[in-house]
Amino acid sequence: MKQSLRDRMKTQDYLIFFALLTKGAVNAVSGGFVASCIKPIIPRSPFVKGAKRTGISWVFKQLINQSLNRAILLAFFAAFAQSLLAQDKKDSAQSQMQAPRSGTTQDAVYRRPFITSFANTSLGGYAEANTNYFVQNGVTEGFSMEMRRFNIFIFSSISSRIKLLAEIEFERGVEEINLETALVDFEIDPVLTLRGGIILAPVGSFNLRHDSPLYEIVERPLVATQIIPSTLSSVGFGCYGRYFFGDFIATYDAYIINGLQEGVILNGEGRTFLQAGKVKEIFSESNNGVPALTGKVALRKRGLGEIGVSYYGGIYNRFRRDGVNTDTQRSLQIFAFDANVLLGNVLLQGEAAMNVLDVPESVGEFYGRKQWGAYLDAIVPVWTGAVLDYATATVNATVRLEHIDYNVGRFTATGDNIYDEVTAGAVGISFRPTPNTVFRLNYRQEFIQDLLGNPFVRRAGIQFGLATYF
Amino acid sequence: MDRLKMKTTFRNNWKIVLGSICLVVFTACDVLLPPSPSAAETLGEPIEGLTPAQQSNHIQGDGEFARSFGAADGLGPMFNAVSCEGCHIGDGKGHALTTLTRFGQMNGTAFDPMVAHGGPQLQNRSIAGYLPETLPAGATGVTRLLPPAVTGLGYLAAVDDETLFALADPDDHNGDGISGVPNYNEPPEFFQPLTMHKPLNGRYIGRFGRKAGAIDLLQQTAAAYRNDMGITSDFIMQDLYNVQTGSFTGDNVPDPEVSASVVRNVVFYLRTLKAPPRRNADAPDVQAGEQIFTRIGCAGCHTPTLTTGKSDIAALHQKQFHPYTDLLLHDMGAELDDKYTEGTAKTAEWRTTPLWGLGLSAQAQGGKATYLHDGRASTLPSAINAHGGEANLSRTRFQALSESEKQQLISFLQSL
Repeated sequence: MKQSLRDRMKTQDYLIFFALLTKGAVNAVSGGFVASCIKPIIPRSPFVKGAKRTGISWVFKQLINQSLNRAILLAFFAAFAQSLLAQDKKDSAQSQMQAPRSGTTQDAVYRRPFITSFANTSLGGYAEANTNYFVQNGVTEGFSMEMRRFNIFIFSSISSRIKLLAEIEFERGVEEINLETALVDFEIDPVLTLRGGIILAPVGSFNLRHDSPLYEIVERPLVATQIIPSTLSSVGFGCYGRYFFGDFIATYDAYIINGLQEGVILNGEGRTFLQAGKVKEIFSESNNGVPALTGKVALRKRGLGEIGVSYYGGIYNRFRRDGVNTDTQRSLQIFAFDANVLLGNVLLQGEAAMNVLDVPESVGEFYGRKQWGAYLDAIVPVWTGAVLDYATATVNATVRLEHIDYNVGRFTATGDNIYDEVTAGAVGISFRPTPNTVFRLNYRQEFIQDLLGNPFVRRAGIQFGLATYF
Repeated sequence: MDRLKMKTTFRNNWKIVLGSICLVVFTACDVLLPPSPSAAETLGEPIEGLTPAQQSNHIQGDGEFARSFGAADGLGPMFNAVSCEGCHIGDGKGHALTTLTRFGQMNGTAFDPMVAHGGPQLQNRSIAGYLPETLPAGATGVTRLLPPAVTGLGYLAAVDDETLFALADPDDHNGDGISGVPNYNEPPEFFQPLTMHKPLNGRYIGRFGRKAGAIDLLQQTAAAYRNDMGITSDFIMQDLYNVQTGSFTGDNVPDPEVSASVVRNVVFYLRTLKAPPRRNADAPDVQAGEQIFTRIGCAGCHTPTLTTGKSDIAALHQKQFHPYTDLLLHDMGAELDDKYTEGTAKTAEWRTTPLWGLGLSAQAQGGKATYLHDGRASTLPSAINAHGGEANLSRTRFQALSESEKQQLISFLQSL
């Protein structure tokens, strides 16, 4: 059944159009998503290709360059959006927190600020720098400063239905340089878009929405780095889509990709550690010829929040050499649940994940067959006002609680619980002069327990950092 | 107007505001940042008196000691643990998870470590796609060995052979029923004797391991890299392989998998770990327990005080210390005879286990201390009651103690 324009143009889209026509509006997201919603009704406009930092002058320049009917249509949308703005204010947590977190998690890959470069291609990115001071059981290495990330986005609207997005990451200076994302989307319909290339696995929420300026706490959640190996991307293809009904948006993603590889066990960490399965070869070939499956379904209710369940499953070991089976196939599965909800002034966001692995008996109990973790952030704006040239600067207070268990189970020999756990908490004050820039001051404390459950190692520290889109 | 006033106030007082913020932050640091655990409760610290260069070397060794090996680093193909610290968590005693199994068989009067069958150590774990060893048929001697704490080893390594000769009483001339003897072992090719070493027919006195099968810490460490983790070094280049399955495939990582300097750094780390700290040494029940310890004859083997000889580390040079061991072999009776042995030790003979650090065992063993070479005893009285052979008289005396005296003795042992 054909959807109405209003159904297709949900709140975030109206906001985007309104932003495009209003000086000082938030840095709205790439037009790719917007275009995908309105495409069946209006011709594609370069107006929504993604670049929109330069305010009203740029908007008018573009309008002049476009045909009159497009301008009228856009003006109509803008007015329409404005009329809906009041009632839809609650739709996005960012309206409270001043962080650009709006839209579905699925949108996150495109819902980033871009600046126009030339022709159909736009450029953007984010940078994150921090100062860390940590003490572990009374021992400290002192203050340390780091340029943790410098990521560059490249977006190109190749044609009306084809988009390309890439993200190049420089982590800790040039310690790691990765092509984190490089995907091409071919839209058949909003409910079916084909995607291929280097894809972010849709596991949990953080993996898809991992940009540093989106968060009030410097450290990424442990569940998102130690249990789900964010940022988890791999080569593959599949499809995604969305369906609108009433106040709801249902989204789905389904891909086959090159899976995590053998390093998930017998690695230098001495424990099951999925990050170690992310080898560079994952972008060039599978180690066993069996693709991994990953997918997510999510439901967003306007004005309330979003929940999602997701899955990743594959074979991680190289079980066949020269056509001969040399080992049994060993599976790795990740089950994740994520949610964000706006309750009054408080944004609650979190996710939980469990890994289930087929680990050979011969490697012993050092390597967990099950792992799990969860985190919860509570973010509340404590002050909004004018600072210097910023009319709506915001100060947010955040509390994070998290726990991970690297090895769920009991020792065969003694029947005692296997520990290898970390429990952590963090509190933070963040200042956002604009939604796309955040200054963060965090205090963090971790309680680390070894495999046997010996007395905790306590680690705590203070972090001050800056993260900004550009 | 108010905003203007605020701006003006801020401009005038920004240094005070900034200073106040800094003060709050730094004050908070003292409160919120975790302090060091009490030195009396911690094992993994260096001995006092190291030079800055030696401390640097100690820290390097600490890093290597903690390093976990993966398959890509050369782990295996068979192994027991993936790091040194995996067995000696927090530099303390091991756990049932990391208990080693060694085996062999008596061949007439000689002990055969069954090298042709993968002996003497059973590597019961393996990398993916490779089979671990199983206990071969015909193994008549099988022992399980709990990894010992590694603190204070530098002191033990620096005790010269003359001191051990003085403690030995092979023929029990003093008639106390205790006849400690040194364990003489074949040295490995890389062994470099010091002036403190006094060989006998090309063999040297061992002082490390439950059977005193290792002469020095270099031998102990290089062997642990290879036999416990399957990591080859410049000292032992031959990788493990499973002779039981006829599979000679190694781990496909070029040997040596660690260099000589890595092993030497770990040796230095072990040499410079402090002696386990005493706690409550002045408590009346502890002091009373110490007197009972001597009175019932425990000190006949668990020698309270030794003195190091010459050492290239000044902090270890001619120092008195209190390990509660004589580093000699003693017959412990049939109950502890696992029919397995190393060097010249008889199967019922065990090297006297140092008792220092006994009270800190639980904090490295997940809160549940276990005692004796295989962790079979879960309480100190049950460990004492398992002592036989040369310790039989002491055990009888212990059993004759009143409950309060037994408790005093236990309090003393827990203070070590």
